[in-house]
Amino acid sequence: MSNFFSKAEVTSSGRPVLLHNEVECHLLSAVDLEPEDHRHFSLLKSGLLILTTHRLIWLPSSSASTPTSASAIPLAAISHIFSSKKSLKSVFHSPRIRFQVLVSSDGRVFDPSSGSGSSSGSGSRSVVVTAVIRGKGDCDGFLVKFWDSWRARAWETTKISSSGSGSASGSGAATGIGGGLYSSDGSVRMVGVAGILRKEQEMWESTDKSLQDAFQDLNALMSKAKEMVMLAEKMRQKLLSGTSSQTSGTNDEDMGSKEEMQDWLLSVGIISPVTKESAGALYHQQLSRQLADFVRIPLERAGGMINLIDAYCLFNRARGTELISPDDMLQACSLWEKFDVPVMLRKFDSGVMVIQNKSHSDEEVFARIKSLVTKPEALRTGISPTDAAMTLGIAPAMAKEHLLTAESKGLLCRDISPDGFRFYINLFPEIDPCNMYLVKVPWKLLF
Amino acid sequence: MQKLGDFKLPHFFNYPPYFTLQPVRETREKQIQLWKELILDYCRTQKIFIVRLEEEFPLFSNSVIERTLSHEAREAFLSALVAEGRAEWLDKGRRNCLILWHRIQEWADIIVNFVKDNGFEDSVMTVEEIRSGIESRGTELHGIDRTILMRALKLLEQKGKLAIFKGTSTDDEGVKFSV
Repeated sequence: MSNFFSKAEVTSSGRPVLLHNEVECHLLSAVDLEPEDHRHFSLLKSGLLILTTHRLIWLPSSSASTPTSASAIPLAAISHIFSSKKSLKSVFHSPRIRFQVLVSSDGRVFDPSSGSGSSSGSGSRSVVVTAVIRGKGDCDGFLVKFWDSWRARAWETTKISSSGSGSASGSGAATGIGGGLYSSDGSVRMVGVAGILRKEQEMWESTDKSLQDAFQDLNALMSKAKEMVMLAEKMRQKLLSGTSSQTSGTNDEDMGSKEEMQDWLLSVGIISPVTKESAGALYHQQLSRQLADFVRIPLERAGGMINLIDAYCLFNRARGTELISPDDMLQACSLWEKFDVPVMLRKFDSGVMVIQNKSHSDEEVFARIKSLVTKPEALRTGISPTDAAMTLGIAPAMAKEHLLTAESKGLLCRDISPDGFRFYINLFPEIDPCNMYLVKVPWKLLF
Repeated sequence: MQKLGDFKLPHFFNYPPYFTLQPVRETREKQIQLWKELILDYCRTQKIFIVRLEEEFPLFSNSVIERTLSHEAREAFLSALVAEGRAEWLDKGRRNCLILWHRIQEWADIIVNFVKDNGFEDSVMTVEEIRSGIESRGTELHGIDRTILMRALKLLEQKGKLAIFKGTSTDDEGVKFSV
């Protein structure tokens, strides 16, 4: 006779294999399961009846004479549970739990997980199954839990149950609280703090792995880069050897390709070794002219003289991308003396470097300073770099350079005091040391 | 005209750059020259023989223009005097300077003239008498710095113009002239 019930999977040690999220709720031992129509289907005698959130599982006891496999009834297939009738007859009989089960076309328990149509579809007929409890279990309690599980319809929830209320509320809670860290398929469940920690751990591990993969690529790239650098070195050597052996007249083609190579090397950041020998690489020449053009307007705005560092910043900002290095800047400026450009680089004694117009004349500046410093107020109190800056229309730092230059030429002398750094017209030459009280200069008017 | 006591100060004393050590060589040389003259003049008229750098020396400050010579500047000017032989450092730390507005030789000559003027050619005097005796009043020798006097006397002793002998105490050092 075939089995009325669905087959239940069992582990090698006889434990039922639970479904995802399935939790055991109650057990009864020595239970017979009798389908109504036991002409065609065998009884299941004296087994362990396990109520879970999803099914009724019947396991044969080891002492069963007939080796029957484990069976199960999905709670989803149950259409009705009968309440227990307390009658006189039931006092003498073993307690019974009766419920109605939907059957499929072959007369067996309808298995909603088999995927054959909807639960309400093919299971149109129902058959009553009686569970006879011959053991000493708590039948009423089991019935209550049976009701609860059936009503809770846990098989319909898909989300993973989180911690849930830990206490055994006795309702056979649908959200799995039992089962611990491991779920039915053996994978670790993300429950509680442990779950969060585990998730973090997994994230780190996957990041680590992807980093390792990335570095593999980087290593490959670096080995290629080494080859590139060696190639560039070889070319550099060729360039060097090329210029030293200039016995045969260099034809234009050679020079052209050499210059091309220089440019190419420069563009990848390698300084051409032949720059100093030639008029400068084409790159620097172009840069130099470009810079001369660019610096015209800032120079005008700055009154004819601009700090090299300021010019550098302005130039790079204007370029936007492909910024030049300070070295490039210096090279470009140094090349000006070879061209016919209206600007020049100048270094003051103090080390400050400025760009100024070629037409700029120191004499003219000194004349302006002199007229400033011989004004009545300035004769008495001198001038500060800021005063000079305002008169000359240039930055105070530039003005100070001019004042220092004028001082070195003997035009001015300095006065350092808590009031600051000031300059006076140089009157020392006017004083006769042999005749100190002779008043050549109208000192009286001044002091 | 500004004065420092009864000393007449030159006009450029109120020129602020005068009180800042000038870096430009030519300018500085002129400045040093002016300060040297001024220091000597002042010391001569005020009969100051020693200048102490770390003390208040009236010449080194001008309260009208609120300027004071820095220590560096003071040392620079006095060192210039020393180099010229018109001053001497009294200590290695260059904190005290002996001003020779008369050179030692000049002092020696003054002593000789003093002796001749007063007829002391063969006399004996104490050193103290030379500096503060009645005869010295009104002469440049009056109140002369003891160190300078001794140096001048020793110079004359070397020339055989006198002999210095010790008395019962240092104050009693005596001189026997043989001018």
